[in-house]
Amino acid sequence: MYHYIAWVVVFPIFGVIINGILGSTLQKKFGEKFVGVIGSATIGFSFLLALGIFLDMLGEPETSRSHIVEVYRWIATGGLTVNVSYLVDQLSIVMLLIVTGVSFLIHIYSIGYMHGDRGVFRFFTYLNLFVFAMLNLVLADNYLLMFLGWEGVGLCSYLLIGFWYDRKFGGVGITWTGDAGMKAFIVNRIGDFAFLIGMFLIFVNFGSFNFEAIFPGISARFGSGDATLTWITLLLFIGATGKSAQIPLYVWLPDAMAGPTPVSALIHAATMVTAGVYMIGRSAVLYALSPTTMLIVAIVGATTAIYAASMGLVQNDIKKILAYSTISQLGYMFLAMGVGAFSAGIFHLMTHAFFKALLFLGAGAVIHALHESQDIREMGGLKNFMPVTYKTFLMASLAISGIPPLAGFFSKDEILSHVYASSLWLWLVGVVTAFLTAFYIFRLFILTFEGKPRFDVHHLHVHDAPRSMLLPLWVLGILSIVGGWVGIPTSLGGGEWFDKFLEPVFDPAVARMPSIFFVEHSTEYILMVFSVLLAVGGIYLAYTAYLRKPEISAKIKSAVGDFYDVLINKYYVDEIYRAIIVKPLVYVSDRYLWRGIDETAIDGSVNGIGKFVRLVGRIGRRLQSGLVQNYILAFVLGIIIIMGYLILK
Amino acid sequence: MKMIPLSYYIVLSTLLFTVGVVGVLTLRNAIVIFMSIELMLNSVNLTLIAFSAYSGDPAGQILVFFVIAVAAAESAVGLAIIIAIFRNRLTVNVDEVNILKW
Amino acid sequence: MISAHILTLLIFTPLVGGVLLLFFRNESVVKSIAILFSAADVALAIYLYLSFDPAGNQFQFVEEMPWITNLNISYHLGIDGISLLLVSLTTLLTLVSLVASWSSIQKRVKAFNFFILFLEVGMIGVFSSLDLFLFYIFWEAMLIPMYFIIGIWGHERRVYAAIKFFIYTMFGSLLMLVAIIWLGYYAGTLPQGKFTTNLVELYKIAPTIPLSVQTWMFLAFTLSFAIKVPVFPLHTWLPDAHTEAPMAGSVLLAGVLLKMGTYGLLRFSLPLFPQSTFIFLPLMAILAIIGILYGALVSMVQKDLKKLVAYSSVAHLGFVVLGIFAITIESIQGSVIQMVNHGFTTGMLFLLVGMLYDRRHTREINEFGGLAKVVPLLATFFMIAMLGSIGLPGLNGFVGEFLILLGSFKSEFLGNEAYAIAATLGVILAAVYMLWMYQRVFFKTVDNPRNQSLKDLDVREVAVLVVMVLFIIWIGIYPMTFLSKSEPAVKALVDTMARAKIGVLTSVR
Repeated sequence: MYHYIAWVVVFPIFGVIINGILGSTLQKKFGEKFVGVIGSATIGFSFLLALGIFLDMLGEPETSRSHIVEVYRWIATGGLTVNVSYLVDQLSIVMLLIVTGVSFLIHIYSIGYMHGDRGVFRFFTYLNLFVFAMLNLVLADNYLLMFLGWEGVGLCSYLLIGFWYDRKFGGVGITWTGDAGMKAFIVNRIGDFAFLIGMFLIFVNFGSFNFEAIFPGISARFGSGDATLTWITLLLFIGATGKSAQIPLYVWLPDAMAGPTPVSALIHAATMVTAGVYMIGRSAVLYALSPTTMLIVAIVGATTAIYAASMGLVQNDIKKILAYSTISQLGYMFLAMGVGAFSAGIFHLMTHAFFKALLFLGAGAVIHALHESQDIREMGGLKNFMPVTYKTFLMASLAISGIPPLAGFFSKDEILSHVYASSLWLWLVGVVTAFLTAFYIFRLFILTFEGKPRFDVHHLHVHDAPRSMLLPLWVLGILSIVGGWVGIPTSLGGGEWFDKFLEPVFDPAVARMPSIFFVEHSTEYILMVFSVLLAVGGIYLAYTAYLRKPEISAKIKSAVGDFYDVLINKYYVDEIYRAIIVKPLVYVSDRYLWRGIDETAIDGSVNGIGKFVRLVGRIGRRLQSGLVQNYILAFVLGIIIIMGYLILK
Repeated sequence: MKMIPLSYYIVLSTLLFTVGVVGVLTLRNAIVIFMSIELMLNSVNLTLIAFSAYSGDPAGQILVFFVIAVAAAESAVGLAIIIAIFRNRLTVNVDEVNILKW
Repeated sequence: MISAHILTLLIFTPLVGGVLLLFFRNESVVKSIAILFSAADVALAIYLYLSFDPAGNQFQFVEEMPWITNLNISYHLGIDGISLLLVSLTTLLTLVSLVASWSSIQKRVKAFNFFILFLEVGMIGVFSSLDLFLFYIFWEAMLIPMYFIIGIWGHERRVYAAIKFFIYTMFGSLLMLVAIIWLGYYAGTLPQGKFTTNLVELYKIAPTIPLSVQTWMFLAFTLSFAIKVPVFPLHTWLPDAHTEAPMAGSVLLAGVLLKMGTYGLLRFSLPLFPQSTFIFLPLMAILAIIGILYGALVSMVQKDLKKLVAYSSVAHLGFVVLGIFAITIESIQGSVIQMVNHGFTTGMLFLLVGMLYDRRHTREINEFGGLAKVVPLLATFFMIAMLGSIGLPGLNGFVGEFLILLGSFKSEFLGNEAYAIAATLGVILAAVYMLWMYQRVFFKTVDNPRNQSLKDLDVREVAVLVVMVLFIIWIGIYPMTFLSKSEPAVKALVDTMARAKIGVLTSVR
């Protein structure tokens, strides 16, 4: 059935074409639901097809689950031949299911969420286009097609962040939602710059962009720690820091919250931002042979995780908290990749997609119910008004905190145990982050749902979301609980099915790693208990600080004082970037490049030549006095000179 | 009989010619300029006759007739032009008639 | 029968149409005749495209007739894959700009249409000439109609812009004329040689010219082309010419005329003077990269919409020049396809800016704002053109840019990856200036009351833009239709240069 893989990618394009070209008319005539259903149906078909391919794959023997389906020849000239062709293997099918499945749920949710907007058809066009690009990214069998998807999702991110382009949005250097979209695109492009250079290096060394031409047999030519490979992997990783919002290119993600909440859920939590993690997973062989880069990846991942978590502690906008949480959790995934726990990283990618999307969708329901209010200081007590949202949000919060037996526990635990085996320091960072995660997410949960309502109960009629929005919440809630059960470690008696499924994909990489990190079961138990205790502790602390004894939080804030300001201003990184890069660039371009060089120097010389010619003319003109006698004088002088010359010769 | 040395005639001619040139170049009245031109032409005539007499070749004297005829014609035309200019501009001061320029 | 003389037909059909329309007084009839004849040319071009033999690397559809026999100057035409693409582009863009200008040109309509057709004659002639003298005639012939188009139907500073364009370009051309004559004369000094301007013969002779002489000839030719492209720092005529020209003028100026410079580099500077090319290679590459980065940065701070697009052309053509001087199959293929791409994306941008101007009679960016709500169709087309321009994969610009950058990265002639890395920065900057401009013009709210009642695109405008979008997407998704045509010619050129590098001076043609 994998032969039909191209259809999986093409279905969303039908949605783009129908909604893009006819959408405006369709929405006017048949209403938003119609347009929304078209948009969701295409993704639904893709998901069903993906499911079929997956079930087929389960029936195949483990060693022959990798297929390549060539669609057509895209670019072929000189030494370069690139096809649009898709690789269907265990890794891509996992990503495929996540992308189409979660997208489908979010599409359904959006039908309800975007109710009343005059551009619903536009929204679904962009969403479908996004899914198309993302599918190309995860299914590509070569880096160039992956790059097409890579930039394509960046484009859709830009379009969707600035979807309400006439709305204002506050941020450093940002006034409109479109500015936030621009920031996302440009910061991503900086990462793409590095990605491109990495791709060029790949081509020069391997003569092709196809995975099949690069990974197998690589050890014959490149040993572990090879400089070229290190550069390639490093450059690709820098590209990943842009797409997946790690240090130093994460700054666009919090501002991306300007977009509608389904966008934040789909793109900036579950799918697009995970592209970098997927890319490393796909290129695992290259990374396994570059221990230096792996170390950098792990360190960047860990640092980003704790750094972002620290900022999430103090934010007051419900979506911003979740944004920093996403950055932090992505850090975990990169940390996993960095220590060689490739399938653990993908596992966390999957569970994170479930609970983070759920958190965002729940937040969306809250925002909608409170008429676009996003400040958690103005919420509270919603548990009585929005019971379904409350319950599912609780499930997601427990999942992200890593409370067993919910999904997040298993994935996070697998990562942490691998990290522990590799480096104590990184593990410490990981567990502290876990503690912070539990704390900030429950701070959010409590301030939003528990306690007494701080909003105007009498004027705002707050109720739970409509059914089209609640259904995805339930599905994701269930997935947040059971999603981790495919990866129960052997230490707890599970089958580690997820890891086993992906093993054939990652084996070539794992085999090439300088050292393998894994822990004994006994150590693992201790680690698990430790992290659960920390999580529970974080939750307890949050309850204490925000529910039972709210005075504590005020006291802590005044005690910490300046550091609090630093945190809430996101360490002033945006301001620093603006001052060092943006402002000087614009200033220099305006003053020196344009006015200085172009207008004054170059054009000045060009016009100067003209002026010079006119000057010569003006002087020369004075000879023409109009007086006949002057002319005769000229004759006479001329004659004298000529005769003199002839005589003297 | 002693003849006047040729060089005297040449010098006289040259002087007359120079006076004529200076006159043309510096004087302002158009009619006086024409007089100076006549002076230049006559000085040339003098040179021609002197050479003709001293070398015995009549060609010089015949050339003088040509020059006199041409000078007369040219004066007639020139004075006619000056009268036309005078009718237009009411002046024969060449400094004031300077439109032969940009 | 047609295919034997198709090039002559292609060149002179517009002239026939141009002369014919002079006899009519009714403006609509005049415009229709012009469109009819330029459409006929498009049909001829399609026929040409389909009958082109994709495998051959010799010139095809060759016509040769002796002209000035004692100087060996002949009426010699022929095309290869590269000129095929450019000729087709020319015919298409001429038709597009005529249709698009239907309602923008109000005065002296006859003259305008005549000049556009006359311009087309010159443009196609330049791309198909295989005789240097003939090439020169067509090259100069293009200046006159363009001068008038800018100077009569342009905007506020049109006279200054037209004169600047004319003199600047002519200055380069005159130097080239000297070099042409010198070259022909040199051919005459060879044993058993005679003065000739036949390109095919000169391909064999010119590389043997002693380096000291060859360098000057190379400089003369290249200077003229560098002004046309334009290469930094000879680019300052471009912002003025593009901004002040009327919409059709800008489209043809950006879409075709600029490509003549790069075409000249490929057709003349490189193959005729390979050794000189190698000497000046680093300089040209650096100037190209400066063009990419400088053009983008200056674009960013422009306040006039058209000037912004004009400076973006400097940046785009910088990529093309880099690709040419990297001398690899990938990079030159990238340059060729990028020449075509730029014609479509920047041509489309100029069309759209022209349409905005038709409605508001201003090009100031801060006069706009929030237009996506008022003219959503225009905004959508603008977005597509913009995305093509910044090289979004899946659209045309990416194919060209990627091939150029990849080819430059691996180029042995350039020898250093730093060139490609510096040029790739342009990818970031392109997004900056374009997105920022789009943000200020189309997004935000409609603050200026004069923008509130603008009319969206009418059928004619949509038709023209759809044609452009079609190619933008086609070249992006399935570029092989076009790349395959030019590959043999590009391969031949790279081979010639490679052999010249190691001292083998036979031409492949």
